[in-house]
Amino acid sequence: MAYQNVFTQVQLRGELEPGVPLDASNEARIGPFGFSWLAGKIGGAQLGPIYLGTLGLASLITGTIAIVIIGMNMLASVDYSPIQFVRQFFWLALEPPPAKYGLKILPPLQEGGWWLIAGFFLTASILLWWARTYRRAIQLGMGTHIAWAFASAIWLYLVLGFIRPIAMGSWSEAVPFGVFPHLDWTAAFSIRYGNLFYNPFHALSIAFLYGSTLLFAMHGATILAVGRYGGEREIEQIYDRGTATERAALFWRWTMGFNATMESIHRWAWWFAVLTTLTGGIGILLTGTVVDNWYLWAVQHHFALAYPATGVVDPATLPGAPQ
Amino acid sequence: MTRITASLLALAPLILLGGCEIGTKTVEQVGPRGSGTDLVVHKATTPKVAAVPPPPFELTIDPAGQKASQAYQNVQVLGDLSADEFNYTMAALTNWVSPDDGTLKNGGCNYCHNPENMASDELYTKVVARKMLQMTRAINSQWRPHFAASANGGNAGVTCWTCHRGQPVPAYRWSAAPDDAATLKGKKFGQNTPGMTTAAYSSLPYDPFSSYIADKQEIRVQGPKALPRGHVASIADTEKTYGLMMHFSNALNVNCNYCHNSQNFANWSQSRPQRVSAWYGIRMVRDINNNYISALGDVWPANRRGPHGDPYKVNCLSCHQQNNKPLGGYPMLKDYPGLKGPAAQTMVQAVATTQPAAAPTAEPGAAPAAATPPA
Repeated sequence: MAYQNVFTQVQLRGELEPGVPLDASNEARIGPFGFSWLAGKIGGAQLGPIYLGTLGLASLITGTIAIVIIGMNMLASVDYSPIQFVRQFFWLALEPPPAKYGLKILPPLQEGGWWLIAGFFLTASILLWWARTYRRAIQLGMGTHIAWAFASAIWLYLVLGFIRPIAMGSWSEAVPFGVFPHLDWTAAFSIRYGNLFYNPFHALSIAFLYGSTLLFAMHGATILAVGRYGGEREIEQIYDRGTATERAALFWRWTMGFNATMESIHRWAWWFAVLTTLTGGIGILLTGTVVDNWYLWAVQHHFALAYPATGVVDPATLPGAPQ
Repeated sequence: MTRITASLLALAPLILLGGCEIGTKTVEQVGPRGSGTDLVVHKATTPKVAAVPPPPFELTIDPAGQKASQAYQNVQVLGDLSADEFNYTMAALTNWVSPDDGTLKNGGCNYCHNPENMASDELYTKVVARKMLQMTRAINSQWRPHFAASANGGNAGVTCWTCHRGQPVPAYRWSAAPDDAATLKGKKFGQNTPGMTTAAYSSLPYDPFSSYIADKQEIRVQGPKALPRGHVASIADTEKTYGLMMHFSNALNVNCNYCHNSQNFANWSQSRPQRVSAWYGIRMVRDINNNYISALGDVWPANRRGPHGDPYKVNCLSCHQQNNKPLGGYPMLKDYPGLKGPAAQTMVQAVATTQPAAAPTAEPGAAPAAATPPA
């Protein structure tokens, strides 16, 4: 029954592993710190070493500045009451500038100025972290797949908060920082632009998002199911298929007539994840810039059904209607 | 151990269901099938229709009788009524607004009148009452399109009771939210505040009323054409209209589909006739708030004003009180002809062709469980 468990059953203990030696252009690593039984239940039991470096340090500093600006704005909005800050936290926000400021670089701080500053530092932090994932991968002699997948998410982030607002000529089109407020933004955005569900790139993004979870479940379950035959050694089984791989492949051929391979399944997963935010970003970028009402657009292109009219007419168009 | 973990995990989904409304719901399909235009009514939280008080006494109209304007002094609005009907109306009005049943300090006639001189306008409440009578008559004569969908042939009308329900100040009212702080401290942009019933407890703007049912800001934010053709509406304005719609929903205890086909909220040709009623309702409430309540200006004492100094005003909830038809559509006006107002005075000529919605194209036998919506 060991393989049918919620938590990881095997924990390694031994000498702490400092990792491969790196050349002189790298800074020293911090740690390793030791073993953690709890961490071992969900992942590797060894904590550290961490590589901080210039990029990591700069990313942490700019990120901290952004979080502090957002937090202090939220705290100010509740008259600096820590209790109200906690109580109202999910409602609080740092709002983008009102529409009247357009693309003004620095509107008054209390009217979106801080939003722009926080956005600048958050973007700097994210881009520095991206460079860090790229450079660390190179230094370890890995491919840069992780950095490019991350770049796809950054693309959606930049479209929402930077590229599309510039295309629309107003920072007010961007998303507020805040838990419920950013959800309200999402709902209002969909209403303003005629129902985002009829945006085909939104549809693609959802298909890839849900597809990602499906693939994740299928693959995770398959590997766990053949774990008793050493199935977790997937990568070497790409070219040296053992009984675990044969059984996993056979299972999918039996149930749906086709199987991914130990190599291809990871490409499926990577592309589905990357395409989620890539197509999502395209969909957001087209909204308001190219299409103003997605439902009407979808009807025009025979992509949505025009339902029969109910006979109701806009009363504002009738003669003598009150204002 | 594993078994305990597994059973605890099996219980986890139940905890997630804790946010759901438990209880019977009725669902009525009101649009084409597949479009999701269903009215969902949650029985447990649907308020009961309030009782309607009986008329003060049986009224026999005597056209040859003495007019109120002849019998009494300073009768400016109801002078054409017979003295008998005038007294009848005054008695009803007292019951509705300042009843003499002990529930109210200074209830009864003296809430508005100086008992030594009934004609005197020295109490502000009498000045307000006169304006409110003018208002009631104007609503009943000019704003009939708002009642066009009424089950009573457009004549349900309103009386003082529709809002007041036995209280001098209606229970459901609003006044402008105080201005946002100019500095960062305390600045909420008129939103992002928990516990706001007008915003359905969301972080949406909580004072949509000042913009839309006092001012005449346009609600039409959704793009009217497929491609951009110069239509300008910000996301912030869209959020404010969303806040207003949440108020409608709460005030009438209905979901979006009561008026809209939610696939495209702005589209009139796929909306239900109720949306036309709402459209007239918005303009009616603007008329009430601006031309009657705010028009009284300095007449209002401080305790009838909100924190911003503006008088308490009405919104949908004032009359509807979570019924899609106030008082269940009971045609209360028929008993009070003095409140009907001049029949000829129909400012609003435009009544939309509100043919019934196209019948749902459900297959025979596959009809959804139709339930009578709460009256």
